[in-house]
Amino acid sequence: MSTILKPNALESESIYIFREVVAQFENPVLLFSGGKDSITLVRLAQKAFYPAPIPFPLLHVDTGHNFPETIAFRDKLVEELGLNLIVRHVQDAIDEGKVTEETGKYSSRNILQTTTLLDAIEEFKFDACIGGARRDEEKARAKERIFSVRDDFGQWDEKNQRPELFDLLNGKIEHGQNVRVFPISNWTELDVWNYIHTENIEIPSIYFSHPRKTFVRDGLIWSASEHVYKEEDEQVLERIVRFRTVGDMTCTAAVESEAETILQIVEEIKLSTISERGARIDDKRSEAAMEKRKQQGYF
Amino acid sequence: MDVLKIATAGSVDDGKSTLIGRLLYDTQSLTDDKLEAIERNSKRKGFDYLDFSLATDGLVAEREQGITIDVAHIYFSTRRRSYIIADTPGHVEYTRNMVTGASTAQASIILIDARKGVIEQTYRHFFINNLLRVKHIIVAVNKMDLVDYDQSVFDKIKADFEALNAKSSYVEQEITFVPISALKGDNVAKHSTEMPWYNGESILAHLEHLKPEVQQDSAMRFPVQTVIRPKKDEFHDYRGYAGKIYGNSLKVGDAITVLPSLTQSKIKSIQFFDKEYSEAVAGSSVTISLEDDINVARGDMFVKSDEVPQQSKELLASICWMDGKALVPGSKYEIQHNSNRILAKIDSIQGVVATDFSGDKTDAGKLTINEIGQVRLKLSKPLFHDSYEKNKAAGSFILIDTQSNTTAGVGFIN
Repeated sequence: MSTILKPNALESESIYIFREVVAQFENPVLLFSGGKDSITLVRLAQKAFYPAPIPFPLLHVDTGHNFPETIAFRDKLVEELGLNLIVRHVQDAIDEGKVTEETGKYSSRNILQTTTLLDAIEEFKFDACIGGARRDEEKARAKERIFSVRDDFGQWDEKNQRPELFDLLNGKIEHGQNVRVFPISNWTELDVWNYIHTENIEIPSIYFSHPRKTFVRDGLIWSASEHVYKEEDEQVLERIVRFRTVGDMTCTAAVESEAETILQIVEEIKLSTISERGARIDDKRSEAAMEKRKQQGYF
Repeated sequence: MDVLKIATAGSVDDGKSTLIGRLLYDTQSLTDDKLEAIERNSKRKGFDYLDFSLATDGLVAEREQGITIDVAHIYFSTRRRSYIIADTPGHVEYTRNMVTGASTAQASIILIDARKGVIEQTYRHFFINNLLRVKHIIVAVNKMDLVDYDQSVFDKIKADFEALNAKSSYVEQEITFVPISALKGDNVAKHSTEMPWYNGESILAHLEHLKPEVQQDSAMRFPVQTVIRPKKDEFHDYRGYAGKIYGNSLKVGDAITVLPSLTQSKIKSIQFFDKEYSEAVAGSSVTISLEDDINVARGDMFVKSDEVPQQSKELLASICWMDGKALVPGSKYEIQHNSNRILAKIDSIQGVVATDFSGDKTDAGKLTINEIGQVRLKLSKPLFHDSYEKNKAAGSFILIDTQSNTTAGVGFIN
């Protein structure tokens, strides 16, 4: 045994962040969507605390409009790793009359997740919510700190963020506030895929090429599903597609793809002329869609 | 892949965002949808050129005002390495965000408008990079297209900047001057044909070859972040100390001293996930076990027994103040030094430092936001520390306001 550890800088930074969370907060939670970024977070958390188990639960805010493949994957992962999973449903907030379902052509439950998330934070008194957002995804996210303080309404005060220097993360908060923590802030989409490849991490099948019933609107490929509003004249066809991000069905568009392995996905992304969030219908609403959602407490 | 972290500094309208946009564009890092958004919004604003700041200014308030308020992190990669650029604001009132952006940078690009030359803002940008001891500085003399690519303009700015540098005490800094036009793309990612008199590399070519400084010549410091105690039968007696290695590397068998208790022990094992290593280099987030069963908690630091740092109940430090509430003598703050937090009292402010390299210090009763001062602090407990010059991690700290909890200032220990 005479091996020298030369760290992967990004991985090492993320592990450092996870350990700061556990040391500085009493009641952290990992926001888990079943997408590649939150799956990567789970692996990093495993590494940060090994041989101890991951010392916090996972929270999934289920819109009820998820891809069934993602939910099946989530349950399998939780089972295999013995994780503690909490699920809260957007449908409950709708039933209680707290939020109103959108109607019409672009209706989505994406924005409604915020209420359910904030309710869960209050219910469990979470003081740190770890998420898989990356700064390369979107320009408002590029402004995000690693420890991002939210007030007791869940709001992000983007113009008055806490300075963050060196590795010195300040997680001190008032009772009622919480911190959103982004351990993979500095990773890019390609970094995540390369990591999934080298670490041999399992991911949901919808990331790989498969036939799916879809229709085209505004140049994007939408899933034809009971949850997605469709006009009479929008023609459903079976296409060979995969997904680049996993949100719920109402806000995630598919891309035509033949990629069947992680390496093929990596190659495809390298050649792609469209950004990852170019297929996110939720970002197309306006120039400042993400910033507005974040101000209201969106993850 | 290798990651290089860069910070940019420049005054308003010196073209920082344009430079970053140009780097992204020329390295094919801007995807079609982002480029289309830039084209669409540039047209909407009535510009006859592509306004790349639309790609980097992520907040509504920034786009409305056409200025950068807070640090944005921008990513691009070449075949050689990945880059993270902290695009930091140029306004005096955002000095704190500039310090934030530069604190993790391995290299800095300082922009100067060729028409304006070295101005007071340039002093400040360079001063901050000096204070933070950013080793690699690229001085990009921008808008050369607006001065007819005239060599004498560039030479004059270079001479002025070198005169400034002569007043700096940080002599190991490496400064490279590049004449560019970010708008036209001259010497940004491609060598320009407009300036045959310039024999140096483009900014990107320089970045590609740059070897980032790792403080491997400085002493090993291992602040303990958290103690790992699995509650499992198979690891019943396991006790691992989780943290990140700074400075030099750490080997199994190294004699170490635990601070502040000064207890001695030896490194029994270095683990990373499910594997063990005989040695780990700086930057590794590892878990360490010791030969002896001693009491170790978060906030403690492991050092090699022949490299124990100085201990003191007093600190003299340069502080960059970042809070609206001024720093005044007699006030108390929590000091965060690595993973250790103790109470500190501001003993005295020895002067506000002029950021123009004049060496002038103004006697002041307080330090207001965006000012840098020499401050003496009294500590509630002795602190083991290095000077910032010797070890960036063990020589820096933040001051936390105990009422608002905000990070009110950053200190660099003398």
